[in-house]
Amino acid sequence: MSGSVLYDAPGPRAKRLDRILNWTFSLAFVAIAAWIAYAWYQRGIFDDRWAILWDPPKNQTAADVWMSLARGLGNTLKAAAIAAPIALLIGGGIAIIRRGARTRWLSGPAAVTTELARGLPVLMLMFLAKLVFGWSPLWSVVFGLVVYNAAVVAEILRAGLAALPKGQREAGLSIGLSTMRTTLLIELPQAVRIMLPALVSQIVVLLKDTSLGYIVAYPELLRTIKNNRDYFGDQYVIPLFLVGASIYILINMGVSRLATFIERRLREGGGGRGLTPPEIGPTGPIPQSGVGGPAREEGAHAGDPVFAAGRRPESQPVPQRRPGETEEERRRQAYYGDPTSQSIRHNTGGEPGAR
Amino acid sequence: MTTFIEEFGLIWGAFLATLTLTAVSGVLALVWGTALATMRVSPVGPLRSFGTAYVELVRNTPLTLMFFFWVFVAPSFGLLFPELGFWPAVVALTLYTSSFVCEALRSGVNSVGIGQAEAARSIGLTFGQTLSQVVLPQAWRTSIPPLISVLIALTKNTSVAAGFAYTEIVAIQQRLTNAHPSDGFFIFFGLALMYLVITIPLGVLAGQVERKVAFAR
Repeated sequence: MSGSVLYDAPGPRAKRLDRILNWTFSLAFVAIAAWIAYAWYQRGIFDDRWAILWDPPKNQTAADVWMSLARGLGNTLKAAAIAAPIALLIGGGIAIIRRGARTRWLSGPAAVTTELARGLPVLMLMFLAKLVFGWSPLWSVVFGLVVYNAAVVAEILRAGLAALPKGQREAGLSIGLSTMRTTLLIELPQAVRIMLPALVSQIVVLLKDTSLGYIVAYPELLRTIKNNRDYFGDQYVIPLFLVGASIYILINMGVSRLATFIERRLREGGGGRGLTPPEIGPTGPIPQSGVGGPAREEGAHAGDPVFAAGRRPESQPVPQRRPGETEEERRRQAYYGDPTSQSIRHNTGGEPGAR
Repeated sequence: MTTFIEEFGLIWGAFLATLTLTAVSGVLALVWGTALATMRVSPVGPLRSFGTAYVELVRNTPLTLMFFFWVFVAPSFGLLFPELGFWPAVVALTLYTSSFVCEALRSGVNSVGIGQAEAARSIGLTFGQTLSQVVLPQAWRTSIPPLISVLIALTKNTSVAAGFAYTEIVAIQQRLTNAHPSDGFFIFFGLALMYLVITIPLGVLAGQVERKVAFAR
């Protein structure tokens, strides 16, 4: 009953097969998990090493351990909190220049800079700041994050600006605004709005990339875990790592969820202007990103209809071709619902499965 | 500048190291990612849950954390690599990249028109046949540009291995800059060029493929 079109609604035989397969694979997974747990038990993973989280050795208190982890997390968040606004501002500035500038002298270098900054590893930029400029670890991390993410933000906004209806720009110019002011006052606010999910996803990438601070000796969460492990001994690395990994994953999942939520809100309610976020091309930022890919999950739940990921359920009735109907009509109906109740935002939906 | 020429043997070795790491983990990630994508669209519930959970978890994990796990934590679990450097890097990058490969393929599957699968089913093809004969050949075409983007990201991601005892381009950058601080800029630009030599052609290729396979559905 998953509603997928890849396979039929199951009949009695298929249901039986389904049940068998379900049980087999569930049992297999449970068996594998049990086997791993047993192997770990044999190696003594479940011994008193976990006590580091509440009663650590070497005359330290649990508060010391947790406080050091909290300081590490604070440093991680600090780097992200400094880098994110600067990256957004610079990225926005570049996008505006590329759109609004009337001479190639301005837009050309902006384009080249974004291309270069996007093609380099973040870590390389961090080392540039640390070893060549001689900056402190914090500012090296911030430098790397800002350069890379500003370029990506500029690309995201450029895609958003390009997706706006042409009339917006023409209207701005026709009331006498300069190209720069048209971009700034009329196009940018709309572009930010439709690209908001992508921008929030980019924050996840930025958060993930702060962990590169580990390599340039910035005392962020991962480095703190390493320091604790060096101090207390190697056998304590598992509990410490588990705590750190949970913190990272929980924060990132939270922000990812926010992006999905905004995306759904925009698709359901706010699309009234007939705008849909564009697909971003291969050189665009969506799948390509420094150390992180943006973590957005369209329809990422088990049992989701395979083909309906980005689509609203009411817009996909089972397409039926009635005699005398052309193929074209049938397809349009299948995509946009009944043509009589067709609304404006369906009209501009483009390829509905796309997003 | 002279540093760059004098040390070119070292630099060339680092470039090849980056290429090797990218190629090996890229191929493995494509294989494992395709398997994950098949799991995520399969009719078997537990497999679907596994694929979803895997992708969710890995996409929200920083790559550095993944490396850290295989280098420092896995030995405690009894997973010991014969030597540090190459293989932990391959494993970390493969596991990380495969989740993005999976998503690229899945979005390709999602872009295939609903009528295609229905037509396939209506002439009696099974799930496996529908997927392999009708849907995947079309999904593959739309997936190529995002897959290339994933490979570009992978190329840049190999730099994280510099922090975990693998001598590739960024590790060489660090070493050379420490040895010749005054030449830092030249070293940076020279080595940056080596990444761009890999990533820019891939990006151009992706753009061309996208233009070529862009067809109305």
